[in-house]
Amino acid sequence: MSKTILFIEDESALQKTFGDLFRQEGYEMVSALDGEIGLGLAKVKKPDLILLDLILPKTSGFEVLRKLKEDDATKDIPVIVLTNLESIEDIEKALSLGTTTYLVKANYSLEEVLEKVKKALGEK
Amino acid sequence: MSFKNFFSQLNIRAQCQKYGLSLWQCPQFLFLVMGLIIIFSTLLTYAIGTHYIDNPQIVVLITLFLAIFLFIISFTVTQNFERLAEANRMKSEFVSVVSHQLRSPLSNLVWVIEILMSGRIGKIEEEQLEYFKILKENSGRMKELVNNLLIVSRIDQGTLPLKKEEFSLEEVTKKLVSVFLPFAKASNVEIKIETRGDLPKIYNDSSQIGLVVENLLDNAIRYIKEKGTIVIKLAQKDSNIYFEIKDNGVGIPKNDQKYISQKFFRSENILKHQTEGSGLGLYIVKSIIKKAGGKTGFQSEEGKGSTFWFTIPIK
Repeated sequence: MSKTILFIEDESALQKTFGDLFRQEGYEMVSALDGEIGLGLAKVKKPDLILLDLILPKTSGFEVLRKLKEDDATKDIPVIVLTNLESIEDIEKALSLGTTTYLVKANYSLEEVLEKVKKALGEK
Repeated sequence: MSFKNFFSQLNIRAQCQKYGLSLWQCPQFLFLVMGLIIIFSTLLTYAIGTHYIDNPQIVVLITLFLAIFLFIISFTVTQNFERLAEANRMKSEFVSVVSHQLRSPLSNLVWVIEILMSGRIGKIEEEQLEYFKILKENSGRMKELVNNLLIVSRIDQGTLPLKKEEFSLEEVTKKLVSVFLPFAKASNVEIKIETRGDLPKIYNDSSQIGLVVENLLDNAIRYIKEKGTIVIKLAQKDSNIYFEIKDNGVGIPKNDQKYISQKFFRSENILKHQTEGSGLGLYIVKSIIKKAGGKTGFQSEEGKGSTFWFTIPIK
């Protein structure tokens, strides 16, 4: 069975780009355009990995991360943060909340993000 | 400061125009007025004092009046300084916000081009590929410019994050050289690293110092026309590590040399060669090294090449 990735990101351009990329790689993609929907889908779909933006409407990415890690049903799902925020405080905050990998959007190519995802899923 | 600089500082009207302030709002002019009033009032008080010493109230009143007048002027001067500082802060903030806002759509664009070029979405015809390459190159340039603008605005605002750790400058340099190797090869440039064995590690921000090496390396490759060699030297000098990068590129014309660390400055011969660049690299280099407690310098001759160096304290 193919693995499921939940992508919580409000930019539809990125939802499409990453959606196509991951589906091509054989993953099942679930997308959420805001934090609230993302949290709901994480509980229902139980994805194998969550790719999370930090600047999100309604519930911020930090809040989503905190709630994911507080809930027994979702706390073991690896979370990769993919964001434009790059201050040391933001990175430390996200790491202390339990993200496994923190990626600043401008610094990574698509293939590099794909590689990080595969690594987090234990495939590389 | 040269004589020419000194006299241009004395041209107060031009100085005030540079900041877009009227004479009565301009700190330099107000300071001059204040100085003249102080000189005049001292002489006046002396003259009046010697004539009317039998009526000290008048002298006291005049002195008091002058003191109030000077107080008002100095208050205005301070306020205008604050306005200038505030305008400067707002400018840096504006650049920071704009570049941050530009970054997000730009990353999206770069990723979209990448997925299209990868052929994952569908096969690309040879003729289309040329256009995609142009798109990729130009979005890459835009990304680099926005990144540099962000760094510069952070330097100006004093908010560039600093994370000190122990690291080897030699390793950082070698790693960056390997990253730049394809670019160097494509430009017919050979890169040599000369180092005399075990250099001590330095305690500083490795990513910031890496940025310095990256900018110097990028410049050296960029400004070599046709074919050339870059020699990087690393050595210990007292309690500092010395880094030097020498190229046989286009060099910097003598008249332009004093301006090269200024923001957005690009020398005449570079513009002639139409080499890409934002004019921010050396400003970033100088600011970071200064903050890290080191020194920077260069020697250059037009048509022969340039040598840039910096030192950085080991501890």
